[in-house]
Amino acid sequence: MIPRTARTVLGLFTVAVLASACSLSGGDTGGSASSEQQEPTLTLVTHDSFVVPQEVLDAFHRQSGITLKILKSGDAGALTNKLVLTKGNPIGDVAYGVDNTFASRALGEGVFQSYTSPEADRGPQRYAVDTQHRLSAVDVGDVCVNVDTGYFAAKGIPAPTSYDELAEPQYKDLMVAESPATASPGLAFLLGTIAKYGENGWQDYWNRLKANGLKIDSGWEEAYTKDFSGSSGKGPRPIVVSYASSPAAELGEDGKPRTKALLDTCFRQVEYAGVLTGSKHVPEAQKVVDFLLSQQFQTTVAANMYVYPTRTGVELPAGWANAAPLPTASATMPADKIQAGREKWIGAWRSLMGA
Amino acid sequence: MALAHGSLRPARTAGLTLLGLLPVAFLVVFFAWPVVAIVGRGFSAGGVDTVLGDPQTWRLAGFTLGSAAASTVVALVAGLPVAFLLARVRLPGIGLARTIVLIPFVLPTVVVGLAFRALWPDGGVLPLVLANAFFNVAVVARTVSGLWAHLDPRAAEAARALGASPWRAFRTVTLPALAPAVASAAAVVFLFCATSFGVVLILGGGSYRTLETEIYLRTVDLLDLSGAAALSLLQFAAVVAALALGAMARRRRESAVRLRAAQVTARRPQGGQWYVVTAAMVVLGLLLTPIVALLVESVSTPDGWSFAGYRALAGTGANGALQVTGWVAVQNSLAAATDATLLAMAIGVIASVVLVVLRRSPGLLARGAGETMDAALMLPLGVSAVTVGFGYLVTLDALPGDLRTSPMLVPLAQALVIIPLVVRMILPVLRAIDERLRQAAATLGASPLRVWREVDLPLVARSLVAAAGFGFVVALGEFGATSFLARPDAPTLPVAVATLMGRPGELNNQMAYAACALLMLVTVAAVVLIDRFGSAGEF
Repeated sequence: MIPRTARTVLGLFTVAVLASACSLSGGDTGGSASSEQQEPTLTLVTHDSFVVPQEVLDAFHRQSGITLKILKSGDAGALTNKLVLTKGNPIGDVAYGVDNTFASRALGEGVFQSYTSPEADRGPQRYAVDTQHRLSAVDVGDVCVNVDTGYFAAKGIPAPTSYDELAEPQYKDLMVAESPATASPGLAFLLGTIAKYGENGWQDYWNRLKANGLKIDSGWEEAYTKDFSGSSGKGPRPIVVSYASSPAAELGEDGKPRTKALLDTCFRQVEYAGVLTGSKHVPEAQKVVDFLLSQQFQTTVAANMYVYPTRTGVELPAGWANAAPLPTASATMPADKIQAGREKWIGAWRSLMGA
Repeated sequence: MALAHGSLRPARTAGLTLLGLLPVAFLVVFFAWPVVAIVGRGFSAGGVDTVLGDPQTWRLAGFTLGSAAASTVVALVAGLPVAFLLARVRLPGIGLARTIVLIPFVLPTVVVGLAFRALWPDGGVLPLVLANAFFNVAVVARTVSGLWAHLDPRAAEAARALGASPWRAFRTVTLPALAPAVASAAAVVFLFCATSFGVVLILGGGSYRTLETEIYLRTVDLLDLSGAAALSLLQFAAVVAALALGAMARRRRESAVRLRAAQVTARRPQGGQWYVVTAAMVVLGLLLTPIVALLVESVSTPDGWSFAGYRALAGTGANGALQVTGWVAVQNSLAAATDATLLAMAIGVIASVVLVVLRRSPGLLARGAGETMDAALMLPLGVSAVTVGFGYLVTLDALPGDLRTSPMLVPLAQALVIIPLVVRMILPVLRAIDERLRQAAATLGASPLRVWREVDLPLVARSLVAAAGFGFVVALGEFGATSFLARPDAPTLPVAVATLMGRPGELNNQMAYAACALLMLVTVAAVVLIDRFGSAGEF
């Protein structure tokens, strides 16, 4: 009796499985082998923050015949590690979003193959990270301390301008930052302080910040949207670690920004793209890298991803010149030095801050 | 006609084995193999023993288990009155309560985390425990009410007639009958809490860490696979222990109880029952608070009230923050959740049927197989989603069609999370069906199919619909497993919310909250539809 029952159930649910398989396979838009001969579909593996207007992708398709499939894969760290894990048989053809804090790991593992784009000499080369030209710089973004200018105007005290001032008593309990262990702006800020104070001095600086009531959050969302007073959350703290471009998103009624980035506290993050070792469409994948460095794509990065183009002569959106100029004197650090020190520094930071 | 009085003929055993292999095969391919592969890499890299020898590791484990246990207790205390309300009370608005209780379950963790942060700005253990419980009241309420609605109230009434107080009647008659469902719910909630990620990250403030957040950190950020493997091993051991405890609790208390059609047992509350109803109302009110808060947030701007966030959903957001419109994200969510639910129901129902048969069979071997399978089905809830996700990366390219980048991956991963819930909701009801009902029907000349249709199906139908609805809702809100997977650029609503939350700007923030409101709305619509469909099938 029972098995018969079971058979009925099995029958019913085989139908269900088949139905679900149909609708599942219906969602697969990957081209078949025959159509790929003429119209290749390439996969661009990137991070979660990737945004590009559809019309730009469509235009690229018209020009090159290449259909680009976007595969978002976590943040820069997760993306890099996924590429490392799948290096024998990559999940795509091109990757974009590995940044200078993770570049060495990817290069050391042989994730990317050499390619020098003809577009690279229009500016991107300034940020070259590797002599074999396996990575091309697509965008730069600066992590800087942001302040709520309205708060300091109302209190009648000047806003801080430098690392050292952040540790001064008049700014006690006013600052919030992200943990370098769990958030990439947090890591960039830590690297900025190491670049500034050196291997022997940064821990002392962080001790001063801690004594001055620095609050640590695990992610940018909590710090910026809940604790920072200059954003939508109207939190209690007027100083936050965010990006040089953040003020462009905080324009008041009068079109003027309500927040400001402190240009002497910036650390530069550069995001790279490259052709993945093991791609089955190398010539087309190289065209995708060209596309990412092209005027057409570079014009979209500021408005869509809040980062700056690496190509020279690309216009920034209206308002950025005032609200979010690209800092000129950002700190930076060689990728291999970051790779060598990252885990040690994060470990030391965790025991220092008790986090 | 020959009745299978608990004995199985060889042919039937073979059929059953084949049937049982289906869920087992699914688990092996989409769970065990990826997990073993990625943990194995950590082991081959060495250093696992160093991590296990570190006292820090054991503090992490202690905090993980302790806080998960606390959240489970809170969820049980809050969920049982609501289960009573849903199962036994006939009052206007119960349908609404049934819906409200489900909403927290689909809210994106980042939103709930931030909502609790607004109440407890400094984070800490208390908001962490409460937030995890907040998500899981629905599990308790839905799982327990599923069985409770079918319990014959006459046993408790008899106890009352013999002079027992209402509390004593509940404690000695009703509670033992409910025990399997309560234990099931507790096990599920514990596993959800022990492996919760986003909540711990946001509310733990970086200083409270769990095995799950540490596994994530070491896998995703540090690529310290051997450290992650050691912690995964520890988490696995804890989960197996929790499952064993849950199974023991179920076994001790489980018995066939008399099941009745649900509508007969619901009635207006009397006397002391009003206290329970009031308690349930308080719980519902507390669950609504963050929900209302985020609705308010979705329409408030520095310049007053505005529906700009909602209007923006028709497009792709400020500066094209999203790649598709909010409405397309809704469609993506619905499609993925439908696929995941169909898959999970197919696997889950087959597994439940097989488990019941194995349990009723006399052989020790069969029963042992049943117990093992039962526990194995729960394991996906207790293993870190990042472990499974990274495991997919190193294994699934070996399958035809390189599933690593297939759109199927999201429904598959979601199904892995839903299957245990489906099993836990259907199994208690299936097991509680009195074998004598079946035998009586068969004696009166009913064919096996007719017995299933007349006896089993009516009693299980509501639970099937409830499980499907619950599974669907869980899939709608699922973010953890989904977000770790290589997925196409077809964001689901929770993914869209997370994207919007990660960008500065007033409008993006409002839009994120508006997308949350939309997610709630879709949930409510789905639940109302399914509940209506479910009661239409009632007799």
